[in-house]
Order: sequence, then structure tokens, then C-alpha cells
Amino acid sequence: MEKNILVLGLGNILLSDEGAGVRAVELLQERYQASQEVEMLDGGTLGMELLPLFDHRTHIFILDAAKSGKPPGTASRTPLQGRGRLMRTRTSPHQIGLLDVLALAETGDGPPAQTVLYGIEPGSLGAGLELSAAVETGIDEALCLLLDDLAALGIRLAPRSAPDEATEPAQSATTSFPRAATT
Amino acid sequence: MSKKIVIDPITRIEGHLKIECEVDNGKVVNAWSSGTMWRGIELILQGRDPREAWIFTQRICGVCTTVHAIASVRAVENALQLEVPLNAQYIRNMIIAAHGVFDHIVHFYHLSALDWVDIVSALSADPKAAAALGQSLSSWKRNSQQEIKAAQAKLQGLVDSGQLGIYGSGYWGHPAMKLSPEVNLLAATHYLQALEYQRKINNVVAILGSKTPHIQNLAVGGVANPINPDSQSTLSVERLFYIKSLIDEIGDFVNNVYLIDVAAVGAMYADWTAIGAGVVNYLSVPDLPLDTKGTSFALPGGFIKNGDVGGFQAIGSFDDPFFGQNVKESIKHSYYKGDWDLHPWDEETVPAFDGYQPDGKYSWVKSPSFQGEPAQVGPLANVLAMFAAGHEPTRRIATRTLELVSSLAGATVGIDALHSTIGRHAARAIRCAVLTENLSSQWQLLMDNIGRGDYATFNPPTFPAGEVQGFGFHEAPRGVLSHWVVIDNGRIKNYQCVVPSTWNAGPRGAKDLPGPYEASLLGTPVADPEKPLEVLRTVHSFDPCLACAIHMLDNEQQEIVRVRAL
Repeated sequence: MEKNILVLGLGNILLSDEGAGVRAVELLQERYQASQEVEMLDGGTLGMELLPLFDHRTHIFILDAAKSGKPPGTASRTPLQGRGRLMRTRTSPHQIGLLDVLALAETGDGPPAQTVLYGIEPGSLGAGLELSAAVETGIDEALCLLLDDLAALGIRLAPRSAPDEATEPAQSATTSFPRAATT
Repeated sequence: MSKKIVIDPITRIEGHLKIECEVDNGKVVNAWSSGTMWRGIELILQGRDPREAWIFTQRICGVCTTVHAIASVRAVENALQLEVPLNAQYIRNMIIAAHGVFDHIVHFYHLSALDWVDIVSALSADPKAAAALGQSLSSWKRNSQQEIKAAQAKLQGLVDSGQLGIYGSGYWGHPAMKLSPEVNLLAATHYLQALEYQRKINNVVAILGSKTPHIQNLAVGGVANPINPDSQSTLSVERLFYIKSLIDEIGDFVNNVYLIDVAAVGAMYADWTAIGAGVVNYLSVPDLPLDTKGTSFALPGGFIKNGDVGGFQAIGSFDDPFFGQNVKESIKHSYYKGDWDLHPWDEETVPAFDGYQPDGKYSWVKSPSFQGEPAQVGPLANVLAMFAAGHEPTRRIATRTLELVSSLAGATVGIDALHSTIGRHAARAIRCAVLTENLSSQWQLLMDNIGRGDYATFNPPTFPAGEVQGFGFHEAPRGVLSHWVVIDNGRIKNYQCVVPSTWNAGPRGAKDLPGPYEASLLGTPVADPEKPLEVLRTVHSFDPCLACAIHMLDNEQQEIVRVRAL
């Protein structure tokens, strides 16, 4: 079967390490080219609007800040299949979280064969665009775990040739997100 | 003896909204609404280029990305007195309307319907009777016995597989649940169908917004969508016709399913038209501008004081001082340094948390006021304003909906019934139908304007030396959103967002008057303090969207809403 893999970064970049998942997918996009089989997306803090992104995927790989009480920057790998729950009591749409949307995706036709969370333990959650140093390292570790899983599926992403920007798709000033490092 | 209930959602690392109620003789006698997290966006924006503020503000909230982007560009355009080309207004208007339709459908079916609909009961319903009922209520093509039976089987499958958190949800089988098994099954069928239609409408936002999931097409001065009727890579005629087909499909769902379901639920819970009114000062703003300056709008908005719909005062333009001069925020009961009641341009946000004190400071949310008093915002405020302004589509759709409720309830239900918990749901469905019609008319305006050979989408901004101030408002799905900006030599000096849930979830303010959530809970019956479904119903009817921030997966935490009866 043809593979249709989504790599999704989640989190809020306005709250420092909360945005680790988004920063991770940005880094991945900087280093590697997307391919026919692998799409990389920044999902921000979206809830229900993530649902269409999950359609027709064979594999969903999610990068996100995840709290488990370990030291900041610790990377972890958690399979998520079958962990979704539907129709729980919710007070606000913010509470429609990843597990709810995954559960909804699994009720559709052709649910994904594999769903994995690559978690990065946050340090600071204060307002700000900068990541803490430990989390920068943790992002690299999480990306290694992700690349291992891709390799196990026989997929090697093609690196971008960094100095040669000429092959980059043209982007207008309004379509690129201003990065913390440049501001 | 009075009893205290605390409802404290703890899905994320930080809480969002905590509701504390005092219950005496089966009724709420006092209530406190507390936002439990601070939002620091204002500080992040200071010193930045105003042209990129919207890119940051759309990250405030995972639910309302689009609306914070719109309000931000409008605030900067207002400060610069910059006009926006017609095509850009129409494209923005379509994004606004499509986002609103999406948000209202998701709120009713996926966030609040289960306060009223009992899934356990739906499993025991007769699909044939449910189909007959559905067909008697509307011409919806997907109310067949076959389709309803398939939905019931799907629900049963989810329960059997353990995916449906059926035993964790607590409120099914609650004595306040009143619908018949057949109505429950019909609504549950539409819950599943709504998943398809919310995707379709969101697709409109994605196509016009140039990128999914966050829109990328906005700019201070217009939009970044190049229009070329013949080019595949721009907004072509082919894409515009695809958008129109999605709009028509969603219109069918809204008019023949959503509005009907809300009317049926409203008729069967008619006692809830007398519960949950709360603050009856209503504030909304006009939206869907029809000219480049923002002086003429497809949807009216304004202020209704003390429930007096006849005394409606319209807000006339993006620059109307009636709005610009009458908004203030108080921190008397909020976790910020000092005690002030200031215009947003003059605020100085210094967090100072010193513990939860119901008599003192007890929320991270500020307390906004209009002309010195708290005001309720949201679809109800907007529908009442549009009704008062004589807006034809609103009057037609509201009348049709209330007539259906009356015939199902066997009693006359008038516009006054909207000042209530269930009325907020009805108003949201009415507004959703109004937005759907406007989505079509904005599409037509855009097509006609392109047909006249006007392809302009952007006016470049220029920043003057010295200081300028602006405000931008937007009638968002949850009500009035306003962004306030002070620009000094082309850089942001001060930035404040006064968001809809601040108006509604705000604590007591300068005059110690309760905010809309707090006031609406007074008198609410509570059958079982351990399971305060009735309190949740009223809070949910506002469509709370607090925090505007955290979205972290909590691996260990399975508990969703912690209810403590003290």
C-alpha cells in the first residue's frame, strides 16, 4: 500500500517550551525536503480543525511538548493508537485535544495504521518566543526517534542543500513565520 | 445549609476556567468565574512591527486563529486610516462567515449537544420511529431509516470497543435529561453527520486562506491572494465555483438539520427559556464591511441596554467613537498590580498573583465594561441587535425558528425567550443561518467585482513619525473581539486584546457587579450537587473559550472535569 505520512508539530509558540513541537517541525522542514509520501505541517494549537489533516493517512507522527515529570528536554516516544476517547464532558473547545481528534479520525473510513507521539518535556511555559536550552537539545533527540521510525518504514528524507537557497520555493513576506532567532 | 460546588477543568497542565457556585435549597445563590491562566501576548508584541502583529495574535488561540488575525489587521489599518480594497474585504468576509459557520456547528454538535442529548438512550431507540420523526421535521435527505440505523450501529460499535467514553461521561442517565430515545438517536445521527459538514466548510477557509491549518493570506492593507480568473495557481474562477458548491451543501445542513435540531431541543426543554439570562446589557459590533472604509456593513451591531431591544443604539463604522470611547477594563478583582479601570490604550498589564480570594482578586481575566457596566456578548447579543436594526434575513430566520419551536412546544414562544440558556443556542443557530446566506452573497459580490475587471487586493501601509492609536473590532463566533494598538514611530508601543470570553467570563469589576457567567448562574436549579449538569448547561451556552493558549498533551491525566462539592 502506498504510504501517506503526516508529520505534525503541535504547540503554542507564544509560551516558550510549549511550542517545542512546532519548532521541531520547522527544524525538520529546514533540514529535509518534503516528499510524495511525507507531509510536514505546523498544527499550532488547533483542535477540531486538525481533523481534515488526518484524512487518508497511513501514519500520523506527532511532535508535541508532553509533560511526564522527567527533566526538561527529555524526549519520549508513545504509540497513540486506540488511546482516543470520544464524547467526554467538555467545557471549552480548547479541551478538544489531540486524543479527541484522533478518536474522531479513527471512527472514519481507513483509519491510520500507526500513530505515534514524540514528546519533548518542557521546562519553561512562560510567555515568550525563546526555547530553553535543554529543550533545544530535546528537539534533536525527538527528531532522531522520528527519523528512526521513518527509516523502519524504508523512508529516508532527502536533506536540503543548505547554502543553495535557489531551489527553495518562493515565499512572499507574508507567508513565512518570523522566527524567534531572527527577531 | 448552603453547599459549594467547584467545577475545575484540568485537562491541560494549567487550568482554564474555574466556576465556583454556592447552592442553597437546590438553587445557585452566588457564583464566581475565574480564569486560571495568564495570557502574555501583549508583552510579546511590544516593540514589534505592526504589520506582523496578526501572525502572532492568530497563535493566541487554537480555536479562534482567524478571528485574532482579522481584528489585528483592522486595528493597525484603523490607526493608519488605511482603506482596504473591495476584493480584500469580500475575501476576508467570506473567511469570517465560513469560520463562523464552522465554529457554530462544532459548538452545538460536538461541544454542547451532549448536555441535552443522552447517547445511552439513543442506543435503545427504534430507528424506524426516529426516521419518521426526522422526516416529519425537515426535508433533510439523510434522515432515512437506513442512515439512522447505520449511525446507531456505529455508536454501538464505539461503545463495544471502549472508544466511547460512555461510562466516564457521567451525565448520561441524569434526571435532567428529557429527550425521548428517538430524538436522542436523531440528534446523535446528526452529531456524526456534522463531522462531515464541518470539514466541508472549513475547506472554504483553507482555500481562501491560502494554507491550512493557519491562514496566511492576510496583510495590513488587504489580502495577499492574487486574483487571476484564468490562472490555476491563483484564485481562479474554477476554485471560486468549487467554493460555491461547498457553500450550498453547508447551507442545506444548517437550514434543514442544525436549525431544526436546536428548535426541537429548545421545545422539549422549554423550561430552560426561563433560566440563565444574567446580564442583559448586550454588546455586538457590525461586521462584513461592504466598502473600503468600513462605514457600511452587511450585518448590523450595537448596544442594547438593560434588555430594551427598542432602545438599540447602532455602531456605525470601524471608526465609531461610540465604541472606541466606551470600552474600559477593570482589574479590581483580577490578578494584576493595583486597582484601575482604564481604556485599553492606557492599560499597563503587570501580573500580580496573590492567591484565589473570592472577596478580593480571584481571576486572571480582566473585567470589561461598556459605558461603565458589564455587557453580554455573543450570538445572542448579535441576533438581538440585528433583529432590532430590522435586518431582514435575521427577522425571517428568527421568526421561522420561533414558529417551529412554538408548534413543537404547543405554546407561543416569542423573541423574549431568547434571553436564556437555551436561547443562546437558538440565537447561535439563527446567526449561523444568517452567516450562511451572507457567505453566498459575499461570494456573488466578489464575482461581480472581478467581473468588472477590478483585481486589486492590497493597499500598502505607510507609518507616520510619532504616535498613532487604533482599534479594530470583529463580531467573532463568541462575540465582540477588539484589538487596541498604540504605534510609536512604526513600532508597537502598547497592544491589548479584549476578547469575547473576557466580556462573558470576566469577574466582578469596578462597581462589584457580577459578570455575565456569574449573573446567569444565579437561580439555576441544581438537582444533584455531585453532578451539576445544570451549571454546565448554562456555562456551555456561552461557548466558553478561555485561556486562548495552552494545548499540551497530558499523557497521564484522564480526568477531564473535576467536580467537587464542598
